[in-house]
Amino acid sequence: MGLITFFLLVLFAITSFYLGYFRSNRARVIEKQRPFSLDKYYGYYLAIWSVVPTVIILFAILIFDGFIVKNYVLSEFYSQGIDQSEISLLFTQIENTRNGIKLFNSEDEIIVNAVNKLNYIEGIFDITSIITVFSVSSLFLLYGYRKINLNFDARLIVEKFILIGFFLCSLIAILVTVGIIFSLLYETVRFFSQVPILDFLFGTNWSPQRAFVRDAADAADIENAFGAVPLFSGTFLIAFIAMCVSIPVGLLTAIYMSEYAKSSVRNTAKPIIEILAGIPTVVYGFFAVITIAPFIRSLGGSIGLDVSSESALAAGLVMGIMIIPFVSSLSDDVISSVPQSLREGSYAMGATKSETIKKVIIPAALPGIIGSFLLAVSRAIGETMIVVMAAGLVANLTANPLEASTTITTQIVVILIGDQEFDSPKTMSAFALGLTLFVMTLILNFIALRVVKKYTEKYE
Amino acid sequence: MNSNSLKISNENLKRRLNAERRFKFYGVIAISLALIFVLILFTNIISKGYSAFYRTLIEIKIEFNDKVQPAMFKQMSDTEINKLDLYSFSKKNIYNNFPDIEKKSDKKKIIKLFSIEFEEEIKTYINKNKNNLGNTINLYISASDDIDQIHKGNYSRDIPEERRRVSNFQLSIYDELVGQNKVKFEFNLPFFSRGDSREAELAGLGGSLIGSFFTMIIVLLLSFPFGLFGAIYLEEFSKRNRFTDFIEININNLAAVPSIVFGLLGLGILLNTFELPRSTALVGGITLSLMTLPTIIIATRASLRSVPPSIREGALAVGASKVQTVMHHVVPLALPGSITGTIIGIARALGETAPLLLIGMVAFIVDVPSSPLDPSTSLPVQAYLWNDSAERAYEEKTSAAIIILLSFLILFNLIAVFIRRKFETKW
Repeated sequence: MGLITFFLLVLFAITSFYLGYFRSNRARVIEKQRPFSLDKYYGYYLAIWSVVPTVIILFAILIFDGFIVKNYVLSEFYSQGIDQSEISLLFTQIENTRNGIKLFNSEDEIIVNAVNKLNYIEGIFDITSIITVFSVSSLFLLYGYRKINLNFDARLIVEKFILIGFFLCSLIAILVTVGIIFSLLYETVRFFSQVPILDFLFGTNWSPQRAFVRDAADAADIENAFGAVPLFSGTFLIAFIAMCVSIPVGLLTAIYMSEYAKSSVRNTAKPIIEILAGIPTVVYGFFAVITIAPFIRSLGGSIGLDVSSESALAAGLVMGIMIIPFVSSLSDDVISSVPQSLREGSYAMGATKSETIKKVIIPAALPGIIGSFLLAVSRAIGETMIVVMAAGLVANLTANPLEASTTITTQIVVILIGDQEFDSPKTMSAFALGLTLFVMTLILNFIALRVVKKYTEKYE
Repeated sequence: MNSNSLKISNENLKRRLNAERRFKFYGVIAISLALIFVLILFTNIISKGYSAFYRTLIEIKIEFNDKVQPAMFKQMSDTEINKLDLYSFSKKNIYNNFPDIEKKSDKKKIIKLFSIEFEEEIKTYINKNKNNLGNTINLYISASDDIDQIHKGNYSRDIPEERRRVSNFQLSIYDELVGQNKVKFEFNLPFFSRGDSREAELAGLGGSLIGSFFTMIIVLLLSFPFGLFGAIYLEEFSKRNRFTDFIEININNLAAVPSIVFGLLGLGILLNTFELPRSTALVGGITLSLMTLPTIIIATRASLRSVPPSIREGALAVGASKVQTVMHHVVPLALPGSITGTIIGIARALGETAPLLLIGMVAFIVDVPSSPLDPSTSLPVQAYLWNDSAERAYEEKTSAAIIILLSFLILFNLIAVFIRRKFETKW
């Protein structure tokens, strides 16, 4: 039915466009008058009138119909007093039965009844939407048609409409941010109503799978199961290892690229290094598991160290490789934007190239370079797949990079992968972790972007 | 200047020049390290994965008998043949290929040499050749994943028997078959068409390829128009005020939000509030397009900004309105840059895994999805799932999935570079 409605709408749009177009055209050719705008603008004008109000109404129907359908179909069950949590399960069963999937209770009379009701009301909605398209579109088409006269500036209104449309598109970015904050906050607030926020931020024991019990006697258990300190420590440990790899390699690469390399070297090496940034993280995760982790293990074994098969070191090293281009390309930009006069001044004093770099260029570019480090740290903290695959899934408060340790992102995935119950504190804790992550990266990004921007402006 | 101070400054200079050389050398090391990482990564994955593109087949002889006659297939349609129960017939025929083996337990081990779907493969063969079947036929059927791995040399035979998945007896049979020239390699076409499977030799990328395709179509349909129009508004029409500054900061920050947060958004808003169907390409596509949007907006704004004001002034001078100027003159010139940004954004979305895990696109799905509303996985998620499987054969499959994924990404990026080179005007 969606397709029928859609084609009807398209048909209406085309028809009304030509109605408007020929109305103006006739005036121009036959009645020898000059309409205010070009013919096509009258066409667009009518097309907008016939389509836009209808689309808005259809959207309203779309939003509410799910709700109405559910209430109508389940009205019988509500009167029987069924638990709220069972309702949604029941509805899924009814829908599945309707779609031809046989279930254990598909033969029950009450389900069969409900399926009939479902088909009935969805049929009604299908017809309603088609009727809506017809009636509303024709109505507004008529209205728009009557409004057209020759002194009427259709172009102005069409353009205003286009502008409003563009403006709404630009608002989506804000909508997304609001959506993120809302969805994270909503569950997080619910989570903190069950688990004290201080226990979450400063507790050292993370074992959400224990918190399944719902008895009052186990309430203390729930509180003690959500201490996120091991996750924070793991996250920072791995991010630290990653930075240990990416800062020296990335920074030296950037310096060499911008100060020493011939343009031919630069033009080939730079894109190759940028490849590292474009490789999907799941590839790095696989690389860490299959190559780096066994390598570290055998290396550790040969000098008598016991390395676990999932180690923070392997994940951190690979993550460091991934981040190299973030550090190098940003630092490269910053170093290149240091004015040539500073270099020349330094050379004039007799300094060598490396002395100029170390004593003049790096200090001058330092804020920007630090900004690039901050961006890289925020990348490392938010990185998911590498740590999920290579760093271990069990919380472990340790500073030893050879042991398994887990991160915020890993735990979000571990908790939310597969089926979830939306009332348990376990599921909600993932959103609290998500919010923590969001806030951390937001602060880092905000500072970094400001620093980099301010800095580049300074030398422009 | 006396000779002493000259000597000191000479030594000083030497030291400084050495420091200079060292410093330059560090730079070379850093770059070579980065390049070596790229090299190791690619060779590692390609060397592990290329063998998944062919598969091992074993030749067997099938003899028809009174009950199962070649003639009877002629009247049957394909679906009728597929519904026949030829399991015990097929099994017996496989046993007959090894007349020396009589013990029942040994016979079972022999069956294990072949793919678990040997019956289906025999039926497929019959279906294809039903009009010219002789009384005995020779056909190739797939080997089991363990034999496949051994034949490819991925699985060492030196492991002690009790830890090996293939027994010594099975190995001797396999060697015999190799000696009779009955084992061959073939291009692994089913790998690209089949869905996932618990049996490594049957698992294919088809489902996830289609899933990725649907997801990317949705990302393209949603993020490109919205991103383009939003960027046009911000760059061409908006007045600079607090509100547009806020939008801009917002977009820049969104571009740096960890991808998993978008997964949480998809779970919280799309699945729980709007109750869209779980595990589908639709939800995956919407989630990823929200993530891609900032990339597209930023790229489009940059390319709009690079269109010189003279174009706008020229159009305005001959009487075009502001909207006409932008839509007829500025946007067409900025479009190549915008499309390039879109392709790069989509390439990133194609490789994204974490948000999809949260909205349930990690389910074990055997059927190839036929619409964006069917449960599906995507290419990187499939790689993640296979990586989690214990069996050795999945390692090869994971690498192969990654090779395919990387080839798509390289292709996308080449297209982007091509469009930029070909259409972008330098002012």
